Parts: sequence; structure tokens; C-alpha cells
Amino acid sequence: MNKKQKNLLARIIVAAIFFVPLYLISEELISVKIPRPALFILFLVPYLLVGYDILRKAALGIRNRKVFDENFLMTVATIGAIVLGEYGEGVAVMLLYQVGEFFQSYAVGKSRRNISELMDIRPDYANIERDGAIEQVDPDEVETGSIIVVQPGEKIPIDGVVVEGSSALNTSALTGESKPREVTVDDEVLSGSINMSGVLKVETTAEFDESTASRILDLVENAASRKSKSENFISKFARIYTPFVCYAALALALIPPIYFMATGMGNYASMGQLWRDWILRACTFLVISCPCAVVISIPLSFFAGLGGASNQGILIKGSNYLETLSEVTTIAFDKTGTITKGNFAVTDVHHNPIEAKKVLEYAALAECNSSHPISLSLKQAYGKKIDLSRVTDVQEISGHGIEARVDGIPVAVGNEKLMTKIGVKSLHCHHVGTIIHVAINGEYAGHIVITDELKEHSREAMAELKKAGVERTVMLTGDAASVAEKVAQEVGLTEYRAELLPADKVACVEELLKECKGNKRLAFVGDGINDAPVLSRADIGIAMGALGSDAAIEAADIVLMDDDPLKISKAIKISRKCLRIVKQNIVFALVIKAVCLILGAVGLANMWVAIIADVGVMILAVLNAIRCLFVKNL
Amino acid sequence: MLCPVSGQRKGKNMKKTYKIDVDCANCANLMEEAAKKTEGVKDCSVSFMTLKMKVEFEDGADVAAVMKKVRDNCKKVEDDCEIFLD
Repeated sequence: MNKKQKNLLARIIVAAIFFVPLYLISEELISVKIPRPALFILFLVPYLLVGYDILRKAALGIRNRKVFDENFLMTVATIGAIVLGEYGEGVAVMLLYQVGEFFQSYAVGKSRRNISELMDIRPDYANIERDGAIEQVDPDEVETGSIIVVQPGEKIPIDGVVVEGSSALNTSALTGESKPREVTVDDEVLSGSINMSGVLKVETTAEFDESTASRILDLVENAASRKSKSENFISKFARIYTPFVCYAALALALIPPIYFMATGMGNYASMGQLWRDWILRACTFLVISCPCAVVISIPLSFFAGLGGASNQGILIKGSNYLETLSEVTTIAFDKTGTITKGNFAVTDVHHNPIEAKKVLEYAALAECNSSHPISLSLKQAYGKKIDLSRVTDVQEISGHGIEARVDGIPVAVGNEKLMTKIGVKSLHCHHVGTIIHVAINGEYAGHIVITDELKEHSREAMAELKKAGVERTVMLTGDAASVAEKVAQEVGLTEYRAELLPADKVACVEELLKECKGNKRLAFVGDGINDAPVLSRADIGIAMGALGSDAAIEAADIVLMDDDPLKISKAIKISRKCLRIVKQNIVFALVIKAVCLILGAVGLANMWVAIIADVGVMILAVLNAIRCLFVKNL
Repeated sequence: MLCPVSGQRKGKNMKKTYKIDVDCANCANLMEEAAKKTEGVKDCSVSFMTLKMKVEFEDGADVAAVMKKVRDNCKKVEDDCEIFLD
């Protein structure tokens, strides 16, 4: 509790202690003929004590010509009640209103703290060794390439590489993964992880601002400023709702009494009673006119949802994306690195007439400049150091392969399309996998079979997605149809598109987007390498295992901090839960308000009912909103 | 430090984030509206949950002067609010 809250709570308690007994004995006080003014003054004490700041703000509101301000409305309603002799109701409304304000401020402050604790990865200091002594400095001041010391129990402040020591790291704040990660010399470590066992010396590879922890925090903190449709709807609604209720209250105070006066007083005994009845009903309206209950619960739900998701290693860049994610029914996947592990390995070399080693050597040399996983696997299979001076005229042909000169001899390495293009007849391979054909000096030399492993959870993830309501799962790949079909079948995808060039992927996603009708949305999941255009073209771009890649974090709307495909269904479930709660809150609050307005208008609900309903709705809506935080077991 | 980057920035849209203090969610919405209407402000987003105000300025706007006006306008709609300008 902060000072403001403590102060308010104290005022509420003191006013309640004064007010409750006074209210209970007020009938007796009237029957012993205590003078009206004395009773008025007695009630005025708790009223002013608990509500003076509301009165002050109301006065300021009038000065700034802001009559639809809730303080002003509360003031009018309570003063109206008091003037009409309903002292008890007037004070009670003010008291309960303040109880509501207190609860709201307390609950929001509390969840704000809880959520920021979930994301407590901001390191406060870094240890630098200077002249043999360890010195604590502001991590901002540490230059790239410095050596920092991380003691057990401390957070790693800045990204870097271990130069001395070994330890286990707790990376759960970053990835949601609770299993500790073992690191030793030459391993990369990310800021925000907690060193658990041994002392580490780390050479920093980035500045503090560019480190993982700072980037994640920046992303999460900015997320709340991208507002969802629901939030915009509710703030628009609030803008219309309050003036509407106020005019309705004014109409209620004037029109029926005038009507009854004109038509012969109805059941009312006197003019005074007639006006008193309808003005009290109007005051009841004003009590319900404050939109705060609905307004507070919506951003709170989203904030809690974003916080809960980031605790699970799912970074969502804005409430709007959380909302869109909940409407996803089609997901397009990149194959490599998303469904499969992306660690290709050469499993076979079919060669003729030269020997297998030669084929591999030429292929590896030609691919020497590429960092594509396939090239890496070729280099790995070759196993020797690549002598770059043997390779000249390297030309990469997108979607086909590579042409180059090795030892002055022209070499072409790539798929069947490349062979056709250079006019070499290639042999079809009956093995399933990525087939790399090699032509040396214009002659077909053979082909290399490369296969990739499925990720452990890919199958399970597709089943979970289906359960979560995703209708179509489409794999987009540049690989041969036979490979795509095998993977799609094994994993349980509904469709696949094979042999796509990078540009075709965008076209494919556009085609799929067209097929998404109405409120259906399309998400694209990739590993962030080479698929930035597709990530930004889809309704929702999800980059996985992307902690290291700036481009992916930039292009994606949702970033999964590790590369487990199960996180995709988890993210969707979180978004659905969050949106469900948002809708519950909107409907619940609006229905209760509407019911109160109707009952108030016909005289069935007095101010007591109105304020208790109002505060009650707010408390329930806030508690419901906080449920968005609990997403661990989804 | 004199660097060419800051000179370039003047021509581009400047975005800045300020810490704020406000008590209720609707008041935060009112602040956002008031700030958006202020001259020199291109767009503004107030997050009640993180208590932050993100302001995008018009080209060539004097940030300090604009923010002072934003603060005054916000104070008009919600007396209790505060924007920390530094």
C-alpha cells in the first residue's frame, strides 16, 4: 500500500465507525425529536471526512467545464440525496464509492507488482574485476568486451561468452524452461539468466541496452501501449455511456413529474413527494453512471495475459496481437527449424563415376560461403578445413542452388531444377530426404541425400493445435514434395506446399489469407531466418527460438523464446482464455449496469442497490481479470 | 557528444516515453485524449497498467514545450495525474 492508499483506507475506516452506529440509531434520534439541522450536521461529519477530495475534484471539474466527470456525478447524486433528506443514503453512497476506489487502486497496484515480479529479469549491477578486487558497477557503464564476474545466485547482467568457470544457469525467466542449463568455457550466456552453482567470468558481447534482458523488458513494457479492439471499444463506450446516463437522469428528474402534474398527480399525495421520488430515481442513475468497473478490467485482463504469457517464454508484442491470436484458425509453418530440428546430416552419397569423397568435397567447397543449414551439413560431412582459395566465381541462384568454380573447374550444386537449367540430366533418387545433385564440368557426378530430424514435440503440438480449434495447419517448404509429404504425414499436418522459392512463400500466405473469411485469422510460424517478409505479411507472425535474432524479433508479432512447437498451442490457449475473460467482463458489467438502470428508473432499485451493484461489479471484474495471469497449466 | 545521428533525428518523427501517475483507468483514457489533442502531438498512447505515456511528436516540434502543454491539458481533465518530464 502506498501513502495515498493508506490515507484513504484510514478515512474510510474512521468514517464507517462514525457512520454505521449513527445510521442504525437515526430512527430513534428522529423519534426523540432531535432537530433536523443537528442530525444533518452529525451526518455531515462522515460525509466530508470520506468524500472531501471527491467534492474538491468536482469543483475543479466545474471550473474546467467537465461536467461528466465521475467525481462531479457522485457529488451531485449524494448532495441530491442529502438535500432530499436521505442523509443515510447520501453518506453510504460516498463511503461505498470510496471503498470501491480503494479496492481498485489496491488490486491494480498489487497485480502491477506481481506481473513485474514475473518479469523480474532486470539486472541491477555488474561485477567488474579491477586490480584483483571485485567492484560493483552500473551495467550501463560496462563496455562490450569487458570481463564481468557473475557469482552464484546473481543474474547475468549482459550477454556474453564464458571465459572461465562452469556452472548451471536457471533460464526460466527467459524461456519458461525450468531445467537448468549447463554452461562452460566458450558457451554463450544470455542476460537475465540466473547463475546457480559456480563463479563465472564472462566476456561481454553486447552493451547493456542491446542485451537480451533489456530487449525483452523493452518489448514487454511497450506491449501494453498497443491497444486491442476491445480496449478501444470500451474507451469509446465510456465516452458515450456517461453523458447518456446523465441526460437520462435529467430527463427522469423532469419529464415524469411534469407529466404527472399535467395528468392529475397519479398516486402521489403531494407535489413535494412527486418531485422527491423522481429526483431520487435520477440520483440513482448518476450513481451507476461511472464506467470505471468496465474500463479498468479490460486493460488489466490484457496486461495479466501478456504477463502470464511472457512468464511462459511467450513474448507478445501488444494486446492487439493477443486478440488477433485468439481468432487464428489457420497456421502456416516453415518446415526447417520449426517442425524439424534443422540439423541436417548427410546420410548417403550416390555417385558415378567418381568417388563419393570427391563429390562431397566439390559440393562442400562450392557451398563454402553459404550459412544455410544444408551447406553446413555438407561442410560437416566433408570434415576437413575448407581452402577458400580453391573456390572462385561463386554464384548463388535463389531456389536452385550454387554454381562456382573449384580448382578452375565449373561445379553446380543444387536441386533438379538447377540440373535442368544447366542442361545436365540428373538421376532421380528413390530415397526420401533433401537431394543435392552435383554436376562437375558439365557432367552429372551424383547426388547427396540429406535428412532432417523432426522436433520431439512436433506431433504433439499439431494435436494440441487441433484441440485448441485450429482448423488448417499448412507446411510451406522449399523441399521436394516427397519430403514434405513424409513430414506432413508423420506430424499430422492437414496440408503442405512443397518446392517453394522464398518469394512463393509470401504468395502462398497471401492465398491462404484470402481463404480466411470473416473473423478467421492466419498465423505464420517460422524460425526467423529468411522469413521476415512472410512473418510480417501474415495476420500474426510468430518467430520461434528467436532470442538471438534481431531481425526476427523486429518482424514478428509474437516471439517464442525457445523453439518448442508446443508453445504455439499454449500461446493460442492463453489468448483464448484472456479474450474469454475480457468478454465475460464486458457482458457481465454491461448487463448489471443495464439492469440497475432499468430497476432504478421504475423505482425498484434505490441508491443502496445501485452503489453496491456498482462496486460489486468492479471487484468481481477485477478479480476475474487477474485470472488471466494463471496460464501455467493451460 | 556531437553526433550526426541526433541531427538527423530532428527531421524524423520523435517518439518518447514518460512515466506517469494516475489513479483510475478511465482517467488514463481521458489523459490520452487530452494529450492527442495537444498541438505538436502526432499520436499518444497511455498505458494505465504500466503507468507510461508514449508520445509521438509532429515534425520539428519543440519536445519540452509540447510536453509542458500536454501536462497542463492532462491536469485539466484529471487534477490528480502527474507526468514526470525528464
